[in-house]
Parts: sequence; structure tokens; C-alpha cells
Amino acid sequence: MTWFDDPSAAAARLAEVGYLADGATATTTYLAGALGKPLLLEGPAGVGKTELAKAVARATGSDLVRLQCYEGLDEARALYEWNYKKQLLRIQAAGSDQGWEETHDDIFSEEFLLTRPLLTAIRREEPTVLLIDEVDKTDVEVEGLLLEVLSDFQVTIPELGTVTATRRPYVVLTSNATRELSEAVKRRCLYLHLDYPSVEREHEILASQVDGLDDRIAEQLVATVARLRELDLKKAPSIAESVDWARTLIALEIRDLDEEAIAATLGVVLKHASDHERAVKELKLNRS
Amino acid sequence: MADDRQSSGLLDRHLAFVEALRGAGLSVSLAEDLDSVAGLGSVGWGDREQVRQVLAATLAKRQTQRPTFDALFDVYYPALVGDGVSTGSTNDDGSTDEGDAEESPTSSTADAQALQDFRDELAEALRSGDEQELRRLAAQMVGRFGAMPGRGPGLSSWSAYTALQRVAPQQLVDQVVQGLLDEGMDEESAGRRANRRVGAFTALVEGDARRRIAEEKGPDHVADVAVRPTIEQLAFTSARRADLDEMRRQVFPLARRLATRLTQEHHARRRGPLDFRRTVRASVATGGVPITTHHRPKRPHRTDLVVLCDVSGSVANFANFTLLFVFALREVFQSMRAFTFIDHVHEVTDHFRPGADPAQVMADLSAATAHAALFGRTNYGRAFDKFEQSYPDALGPRTTLLILGDARSNYSDLHEDTLRRLAGSVRQSWWLNPEHQRNWGTGDSAAPAYGAIVDMVECRNLTQLSEFVHDLAG
Repeated sequence: MTWFDDPSAAAARLAEVGYLADGATATTTYLAGALGKPLLLEGPAGVGKTELAKAVARATGSDLVRLQCYEGLDEARALYEWNYKKQLLRIQAAGSDQGWEETHDDIFSEEFLLTRPLLTAIRREEPTVLLIDEVDKTDVEVEGLLLEVLSDFQVTIPELGTVTATRRPYVVLTSNATRELSEAVKRRCLYLHLDYPSVEREHEILASQVDGLDDRIAEQLVATVARLRELDLKKAPSIAESVDWARTLIALEIRDLDEEAIAATLGVVLKHASDHERAVKELKLNRS
Repeated sequence: MADDRQSSGLLDRHLAFVEALRGAGLSVSLAEDLDSVAGLGSVGWGDREQVRQVLAATLAKRQTQRPTFDALFDVYYPALVGDGVSTGSTNDDGSTDEGDAEESPTSSTADAQALQDFRDELAEALRSGDEQELRRLAAQMVGRFGAMPGRGPGLSSWSAYTALQRVAPQQLVDQVVQGLLDEGMDEESAGRRANRRVGAFTALVEGDARRRIAEEKGPDHVADVAVRPTIEQLAFTSARRADLDEMRRQVFPLARRLATRLTQEHHARRRGPLDFRRTVRASVATGGVPITTHHRPKRPHRTDLVVLCDVSGSVANFANFTLLFVFALREVFQSMRAFTFIDHVHEVTDHFRPGADPAQVMADLSAATAHAALFGRTNYGRAFDKFEQSYPDALGPRTTLLILGDARSNYSDLHEDTLRRLAGSVRQSWWLNPEHQRNWGTGDSAAPAYGAIVDMVECRNLTQLSEFVHDLAG
């Protein structure tokens, strides 16, 4: 199936479901569908990497299968696992009147297989977006597993044989770049670095996400956040945090983002004491 | 389609471009090359920015490679040819130069007048921040003020440097700030914006000069000389000011990445002895079959680190970066002490408070350099002696000693016996040298002599540094 017709169609359809993509994002999103290649999204936390995968699923009417990676994720959690407890029960329930032959054919069948996200995504008949989230958190061994799945879209289960995808899922991998992924994984993926949006785009995002936000205050807020991101902070404010900030200002009924208002609500966007001090110093807020 | 490409020379151009990327240190595989061609086939050549995005998505798989990629892309797929006759790419506004680039002013007054007019035009464009206009002006500026006709063969006839010297956009900042203030912007943000725009314009001019040279000599020549390595591969000793700022910004993310990697590797090896009780309890769920085993955690071993840095002019940057980097990894090491020296030793551990601001720390360290010099010339032997006398408590049998410096001791007495004693009193000792290994032992370098006592490692850029620290802490 074709996921998107061309880059501009990709941009338009993503915008329909509430994701405002810039040129590079739209082109790469289209390309991943057109070439049938996985898309690797890298960038700081909170720039909308996971959101892009969800938006692709919404825009194309597919279902989202999500594999959240973590340290210690293994084949049994990512791909498939045999349901040992059920197999034990089955053996005990069969008792001694059944031969071993029948039993071992029986306990390695579909009924005892627990499919995990990767296998699920490959076996589905309907259009699927497979999101492999925070892939940099996994161990290197898992990359080998991903390679097998991402290059041929097939998985070999010794007792059942090879499962091949009838319909290729649209694969999105996200990474915060806490470690370099192996060259082999990167070779198989298209690469897109998502960064903080431009001032204009962030303004649009705020306008679409936050109801009742005054245009002038949005402008002030976006400018301040852009300013904060320029400082050498430990943790720069994400898009989600600027949306939170906007909501905070509305909740507190602050009509004008002056120094006092910034100082009072800075905790919404900055989460480190040293960042806080730095911002106060740089933005010249007079705080006691 | 394929025939078209071959006859138009696009394919050759593309292959040359990929070769240049490989030359600049991007590992582009054949598979990625094929992907990029397939991608272009499906997107088309209509829009230059889209072509750039397609090539970037398929060929450049690291963000740090992006500046290199962009510079080469601009050289191999220029937006305009010659003095700005539009090539039909949608990026240009299609306007060509007014033809004044060709008329060479005859007298110097006319020349000065032309320069003045151009600067006014430029200041106006910088004030409005019109991207298209700035691009056009950059091309015009190199064409008019950066031309160096009649230079000898082998020298390029365009120079961004000359153009920038003559027009001096940096001096326009005040003018631009004033313009922005009149628009009702506050002083601080106006200053920031003006500086940023002038910086961007300078980059445009440099890019345009590269483009013209590429037209003249072929892109491969430019790719060889004009494109700088990525920031992680850039040698400490050849970094410019702007690079240093960029490096400083990179230190903390790099340290964080390394810390994550270390914890992961540490956890992978974490399985200690079997926890019998938990295993048996868990096996109750599976009818007494212990399907999952549980283990006790291992006790982590962590290193005590003592860093001894040469902070004399030639290697000060390297020492500061390494100190910042090691201190960013505070949680990986048990304890840390840092000493700087030129010919006298001075402790700087206190500068690294948790949560301190790296820019501030760098400034403090530079200020502290004064304490490290009595006579102002690097003298390793003397520094080792002083260190042994003043801080005998710093080294113990569980300590790792790290010495940073280029081992250039101005032909003074090396005191190898002192270093041997120091190295003998600790668990392990390393020496990081920011010079290329081929220069060790040339001139007054005592690298071979010291290298015989302490293992000496070449550490010229951030990548090598992080690899070393990884092995040290792992």
C-alpha cells in the first residue's frame, strides 16, 4: 500500500490529525513509506518523536503497535515467548495416557505462543504502524534481533517455522541518542533528526493545542522558551513543557508574561536548580 | 529516466558527491547510496530543499555529520551558477544581478562609493532578516569584493576572507541593532538577533565562495580543502573560538551518553551469586520448576581518580575539556581530585561543585592558571617534584593517576625517578597526550621517556577522549 502520495500530501494529512510537520519531516515521513524503510527519529526529549509515529497511524487509519524499550529488554519481551506455565499445566493434565509424541506436538502450537509487539506487528493483516520507542535504551544484543526483523520483516520460530510479513508495517524507531546505535541498524533506516521547532512553528503548535490562548502572550512565551533553549541548560524545555506553561498561565489567569510572571512560573519549564539560577541570571529576573 | 540521468551528468555528480562524503568521514554504504537514488526517483528533482532532505535522510545518519553534509551538498548541488543566474530551483527568487557585478569601477572613489552603497543595502537586509535577499547579497558580495583575478595558478580566484575584510559586516551590527530598536525591540534581544544574523550571513558568504571555487576547480578540490571535520573529530589543538564554545556544549551530552553506556554495560554484567531463596519462592508458581533464577546484585567497584593537568598555553584547552568531562562523570568515580600545573602545582578540585555551570568553570580554571606558574615555562620534572612534596596524601594504592599534557618540558630535567615513584604508588596510571603520535619525541617532547614509565595514550578529540574514559571506568 502507499502510505502517502508525496511529501506535501504527507504534510497536509499530518496537519489534519494535529501534527504540524516542517519540510524535512514531511519529506522523510513520505520517503519512509515510499521506500518501505524504517524511519529512525533522533533528537532531544520532548520534540514530538513518538507523537509523529502516532500521527502517522492516525493519518493513515492504521493501528499502532508499540514496543517500549528499556534496559534488559530481551527476545522474550520483544518478539515472542512460550507460555511455560500453560505448557506445564497441559502436560500435567494429559497425565500418563497420552504419548510423548502427541504431547510435544501439542504444547508447541499457536495456543501456547505469547506474541510480543514485534511478532504482532509482522503477523497483522491490517495496515500497522510499528513504533519502537527509545531504542537507545536497549542492550546491543537486541539490535541484532531488530536487524533480523527490520531487514526482512520475518521471524524464525524454531518450533513453528518462519513467519513472514504479509503486509509490511510502517516502522518508526525513536532515540534520544544516549548511545550511538550500531552502524548496521542505521544503515537500514532512514534518518531524521528532530530538533526544537522554529519560533513560528511552536507558536502554531501552541495555538492548536491550547484553547483560549491569547496571541500576544503566546508570542511572548515562545520567545522566552527559545531564549531558554539557547542557554547552556542541563535540560532544555520541551514542546510539551511550553504547552504546560501556556496552560499554567491560563489557569493562573496571567494576561501578560512580564518578568514577575516568568519568575513565578519558571518551575513549569525548568526542572533543575542550576538551570533555574542560570535562567534568572540570564533573563535578569530580580528574584530574592 | 535512467538514460536521462546518465546523459545529464547527474549520476556522475551524485557519485562524486557520495565519494566526497566518504572522504569527509561519513561511512556511506552502497545500500544507502541505492536508497538515496531510489528516494530521489520517487520524490523527483523539482525542489532543491527536498533533494537535500532526501539525501540527508538516506546518507547522513548522525546529527554531528550534518554541517559537513550541508557544506558538501552546497558545493555539489549549488543553488545558482556564476553570478546568480537562477538555475530554476525554487529557492531563488529568480532575479539575477543587476549587471553591476561586471562593471569594474574605474576610480577608487567610485569603488568606495560602491562599497558604501553595498553596505547600506546589506545593513537593511540584515535588519529585515530577509533570507532570500541575504542569500543574493552574499553571492553578490563574493562576486564583487571577493574576486582575486590574476592570482597564480593553483590559487583560487575567490576569497571569502577578502570579501569579509572589505565589507566588514561585523561593523554593521550597531547599525542593525539601531534599526531593530526603532522597530520597538528591547536592546538585549536586538543585540542577540543582530549578532546571529551577521553570523549566519558570514556563513552564507563562506558557502558562496566555496561554491564559486567549486565551479572553477571542480567540487572535489573544495571537498578536500574547505570542509572541516565534525566537532567530535576536531583536534583540541586546532580548534577556533567558535569551535570551543560548540565543544563545551557537547561535553555534557557526551558525558551523559557515556554514563548511560557505562551503567548499561555494568548492569549487563551485574549477575552476582544465585539468590537461592528468591529462586525457590518464584518456582512455586511453576509447580516447583525453577524457570526463572534470581541473583544477588554485585558490589560495584569504583575508581578513585587523581588528575594532574598541564595548563600551559599550548594544551590548556585540552586540559580544561578533559577536566570538565571527567567531572561531568562524577557519579562514575568514587572520588576525584584535580591539580593543574605549569611549573608549580595547584589544586582546582573546588571549582567543580555539583551542578556548576560549565562556562563558569572554564572561566574559573583560566583564572586559576596564574597560580600554576612561578616562572611561566612548562617544567614537568619540577611539577612532579612539587606534587610529591605538597600532596603526598592524594595518591594511594586504590588511586588511578591520570596525567594530561604534551610532555614538552622545555629541555629541563625530567625527574623520571619522581614519576616512577608516583606511578609505583598507585593502582594504575595513564598519560593522555593531545599531540598526534607521530610528533612524540620531536623537538623538546619527552613523550618517549615518560611513555616508558606511564602508559601514554593519544587523545586528540572528543571521540578519543570519551573512548578512553569509557575504558578507564568500565
